[in-house]
Amino acid sequence: MDNIKMQSVNLNAWFGTKQALKDINISIKTNAVTAIIGPSGCGKSTFIRTLNRMHELAPTAKMSGQILLDDQNIYDSTVDPVMLRRRVGMVFQKPNPFPTMSIYDNVAAGLKLTGVRKDKNLDEVVKRSLQQATLWDEVKDDLKKPGTSISGGQQQRLCIARAIALEPEVILMDEPTSALDPIASAKIEQLVVELKKNYTVAIVTHNMQQASRVSDYTAFMYLGSLIEFGATKDIFESPKNQLTERYITGEFG
Amino acid sequence: MRGIPAINLQFLTGDGLRYGIGPAIQGTLILIGLTSAIGIPIGIMTGVYLAEYGTNKYASWIRSINDILTGFPSIIVGITAYSLIVVGLTGTFSPIAGAVALAFIMIPIIARTTEESLKLVPNSVREASMALGIHRWRTIISVILPSAKSGLITGTILAVARIAGETAPIMLTILGNTYFFQGLGKAMDALPLRIFASSRSHLQVEQTQAWGAALVLILIVLALNIGVRLASRGRYKR
Ligand SMILES: Nc1ncnc2c1ncn2[C@@H]1O[C@H](COP(=O)(O)OP(=O)(O)OP(=O)(O)O)[C@@H](O)[C@H]1O
Ligand SMILES: [Mg+2]
Repeated sequence: MDNIKMQSVNLNAWFGTKQALKDINISIKTNAVTAIIGPSGCGKSTFIRTLNRMHELAPTAKMSGQILLDDQNIYDSTVDPVMLRRRVGMVFQKPNPFPTMSIYDNVAAGLKLTGVRKDKNLDEVVKRSLQQATLWDEVKDDLKKPGTSISGGQQQRLCIARAIALEPEVILMDEPTSALDPIASAKIEQLVVELKKNYTVAIVTHNMQQASRVSDYTAFMYLGSLIEFGATKDIFESPKNQLTERYITGEFG
Repeated sequence: MRGIPAINLQFLTGDGLRYGIGPAIQGTLILIGLTSAIGIPIGIMTGVYLAEYGTNKYASWIRSINDILTGFPSIIVGITAYSLIVVGLTGTFSPIAGAVALAFIMIPIIARTTEESLKLVPNSVREASMALGIHRWRTIISVILPSAKSGLITGTILAVARIAGETAPIMLTILGNTYFFQGLGKAMDALPLRIFASSRSHLQVEQTQAWGAALVLILIVLALNIGVRLASRGRYKR
């Protein structure tokens, strides 16, 4: 299938001797939202962190298997993880704008500090990124204020703008709304749906309603294994696996 | 406070013939400058290495050496610099030898405070930067060090204040005299040495000089503190 953007092939991952991922095969489709759900500790974060090679930054982390991005294995020795991360951006659970930087500089940081600015007009990129992150109208008069001076939900959209500014192909989100109130979460959810027009999105979430609202495909993980993967509609309406069914009906979690 | 009456313009700028402490003030400022030029970059780089790359064997060695140096008797630092540099290398007392000796006192302090303040920068800030495809070194320089700025400045003040008052290491390396700066290869005066030498004199005028010099030393250290603190009142405080 040529509309697959990223794909994990027989992916295993460890922290020291503890195996966090067991033989995971998931494909992430282009211009779609793929949700990863499952109980705490099942390896959701570990999985998406293998997709941009953030996993290997943990001191004891190991992995085996392949992650393909446009059919190239990102763990090939020829792939520079730093360059890869410019193509596969990430948004974290807790909003983490750079504390010493203004709103403007937070968005511009990726371009400035990676040196890929070239002849791009920074002002324009900052504006466009904030617009895409639906934050522009709220902060356009305060661009010089510290990035940490706005509300949590705004900070999270700032982090999304910061990721977008580099024009990545894929955006990974690790529970991006779990630190936010329902209204701020709803804004992010709308944004996620909007983002898939231009990007490929993978989102980890604890919240099953959220997964069913925003995603096209859903992967259910349990104890480091992939239990079921398919179209979100199928997973939620007619799960094939008993475990999946019990999880989405809230029997455990 | 017995130093207050001693202080007037001639006292502050005059040389030894007029019982002034001009040379001593000048010498101390030169020492602070030279020592900082050596000690601040090395200290900060050591601290960065320990905090950001410090999980291997080398790092734990460096950390131990650093800890030992921190509590090292400063007279030993002085004797070592004396025998290695003054006697061994250059054959002369010099501000350079003094600055090297003082740098050995300054570096561990700065390295330690740098390491500690970098470790206070939340890991989420590092991750945010790395995930943007920003190189590790770029992350450290442009994201992490600015986040730890006030800690770094505090550590530097501490270290400068500490070395400004050190006596033993410079007694054996710059020797002290009553002349203004003669060159980087010649003996030089400094406030702690002037205080030490003059306070042992029977002459009332020299005793007063010692009190005055002590007061000036205290004021310099205080001014350093206040000045740098004002400078550190950065744009975005956390
Ligand atoms: N840095 C680490 N060092 C050691 N073990 C880790 C580390 N990070 C995660 N683990 C372990 O790996 C397993 C998977 O963790 P992971 O963070 O991927 O789970 P998760 O599904 O994201 O959970 P949550 O919903 O709580 O975020 C867990 O057992 C966890 O304890
Ligand atoms: Mg997680």
